[in-house]
Amino acid sequence: MDLFIAKNVTKTFSNHRALDNVSIHVPEGSIFGLLGPNGAGKTTFIRIVNRILAPDSGELFLMGRPLSPSDISMIGYLPEERGLYKKMKVGEQALYLAQLKGLSHHDAQKRLSYWFEKFEIKTWWNRKVEELSKGMQQKVQFIITIIHEPKLLIFDEPFSGFDPINVNLLKEEILELKKKGATIIFSTHNMESVEELCDTIALIDNSKKILDGNVWEIKKTYKTNTFEVQFTKFEGDTRSFLPTAFEVLEQSPENEHFKAKIRIPAGATPNDLIREMLPHVMIQSVNEIIPSMNDIFIRTVTGQNPDTATSRNEHP
Amino acid sequence: MNKIFLIIRREYLTRVKKRSFIVMTILGPLLMAAIVIVPVYIATMSNEVKTVSVIDETGFFYGKFKDSEAVKFHYLVTDVGSAKATFTKSGDYALLYIPKTELTLPTTAILYSKSQVNINVKSYVKNVMTKQVEELKLEAKIRDLKISEDAKLTTDDILRSIKASVNISTIKIGEEGKEEKSYPEVSMVLALFSGILIYFFIFMFGAQVMRGVIEEKTNRIIEVIVSSVKPFQLMMGKITGIGLVGLTQFLLWVLFTGAIVIGVTSSFSTKVKSADMTQQLITQQKQGPNAMQLQNASDSTNVEREQSNEVISAIESIDFTVMIGMFIFFFLFGYLLYAALFAAVGSAVDSEADTQQFMLPLTVPLILSIVMAQYVIQEPQGPIAFWFSIIPFTSPVIMMIRIPFGVPYFQVILSMVLLVAGFLGATWMAAKIYRTGILMYGKKVSYKELWKWLKYKN
Repeated sequence: MDLFIAKNVTKTFSNHRALDNVSIHVPEGSIFGLLGPNGAGKTTFIRIVNRILAPDSGELFLMGRPLSPSDISMIGYLPEERGLYKKMKVGEQALYLAQLKGLSHHDAQKRLSYWFEKFEIKTWWNRKVEELSKGMQQKVQFIITIIHEPKLLIFDEPFSGFDPINVNLLKEEILELKKKGATIIFSTHNMESVEELCDTIALIDNSKKILDGNVWEIKKTYKTNTFEVQFTKFEGDTRSFLPTAFEVLEQSPENEHFKAKIRIPAGATPNDLIREMLPHVMIQSVNEIIPSMNDIFIRTVTGQNPDTATSRNEHP
Repeated sequence: MNKIFLIIRREYLTRVKKRSFIVMTILGPLLMAAIVIVPVYIATMSNEVKTVSVIDETGFFYGKFKDSEAVKFHYLVTDVGSAKATFTKSGDYALLYIPKTELTLPTTAILYSKSQVNINVKSYVKNVMTKQVEELKLEAKIRDLKISEDAKLTTDDILRSIKASVNISTIKIGEEGKEEKSYPEVSMVLALFSGILIYFFIFMFGAQVMRGVIEEKTNRIIEVIVSSVKPFQLMMGKITGIGLVGLTQFLLWVLFTGAIVIGVTSSFSTKVKSADMTQQLITQQKQGPNAMQLQNASDSTNVEREQSNEVISAIESIDFTVMIGMFIFFFLFGYLLYAALFAAVGSAVDSEADTQQFMLPLTVPLILSIVMAQYVIQEPQGPIAFWFSIIPFTSPVIMMIRIPFGVPYFQVILSMVLLVAGFLGATWMAAKIYRTGILMYGKKVSYKELWKWLKYKN
């Protein structure tokens, strides 16, 4: 069942169309990646989900019902542009924001002390926010986002500003939340974390959705039947014995080993490749090259060959 | 609504707990008390000798007005009409007329003068008359006491029962004998003071609203909050919270100023007054041999007492309930009107440095009303005063300036209604700009852009 559905959402700002007929389905209990380059319309879309903005046209449904103003208590939102009142004390501020989400003072206090304990930040309770480092503030912010145990969580670039240890902590928490039944919309440029966390994705570019679906399915449609073969006991060119239908993209010695990237013809299987190679070399491994989300992202957005684009667009 | 209450509470508490608020709360009353007390003392320093002619039809006050370095009194025995005629031609400073009363003790007098009557002269006359009337009452009381032999009455009871209030109206006589009611200087000081105070409060707390909005924007907390509450709730919560801070500050100021003024004056007056009244009481009851000596002793305290009484009587002549009530109304709605617009300005910019261009339309009417204040004081019922006290953007300051001089009811009500309407309109407009502005970053906004925001549906 889909926890959240957006149907044909369109939003125009004076002369700029920020979203053009975007529809997405977020399955319940999954992590949904909302991807796209800067300025694609992701933030506008997330703001519409949070009812900060209203769409010009289109419909939104949460748990099968049209999204209503009271539903904001079921949504937790960690914006990309986030901050806290600098002069306020951490605990006081967390209480305030939790109560704004509709928690009673008592509940807010109880849950906050649980989370502060869990994140080992209990000692910060009476410190002013301005005394904390950026990473520390992010932790507080994360707690505030999930404190009211929302059904739908929206994280916009949640890992920016965290050190690797805390990124891991956060990833574990996100997976934990998913296990507890929360549905998560996850907007990021960080494709590695998409691969690690997301079940389904939608790719928005230029105000339009250009790709969506299950991560594994998408990868399958983007793979090019290319294999990486490692072998020893050979000197020379693999092209000399392989049939011309097997296209050798790259080959190189690596220590004592040799490595080659070979694209097999449509209809052929990895077994065919191995069969062709066996008489000549000693095979150590054969791996299919599955395109990374990064490659897919770049290929769909720019229309470029991923191999040449990767190096240039490491951080799109 | 629960959430808006949470916002109001946060805005209120964070500001009230600040050190700057506490400092202002303590310094303000000291400053205000100084403003009230200092001009009176300065006025007493004037060394020009003023001559006041006295026509006392009652005969109670003959010889009671003592000449001092600044004022000389001489008594006339003519009727008021001819005295006024000679007065306009003479070099006398003022003409005091105490009309005859039937049955009761005299409690009214008229001071004719060519120019604005000096507040010291007026309050001296008032003090002397009050003292004399009180003494007359005291004598009567003692006569009664002797008859009834009721010794249970305490000094306090007696002092209370003889308390008198004398009302002195001042009338300005022109060269041609034209008479016009003149306004005492206290009204003028008070008018300017309350006008400036409103101006100051609107600016101070309006700017706090603006800074608060900018703070939320630059802190980037705004998006977290508007995902929980509506932007309008946040804006109104902020405006209300800061408004309450202003109100708290004002009331604390009134309280402390009152305490300081009363403290300062009572250290002179009340003690001395009751002390020397009781002395007189004792003197006259005992009729002892030392009576004259005691009388002299109490006379020597008169100088001190009169100075402080001047301050008291100047303050007493003001209707404080009306003033404070009006002040609170015009402060609140003037503030609300401007605060909404300040919030809109804050939402449209990224930092305080960018506010300049949008501040202009807000500061111009406020500064204009302060500039106009002097004309309004000269002619509190004139067309300038009328129009500026009706238009919502200038009415909070100008109306406060007019009120001590007396304003027709319908004008006050019209001004109030228009101010409330102005506040509603400004809030409606500000809410639309605010809603769009708070989420807009890194964009240099123009008036044209603001106009566009006003027309957005959502």
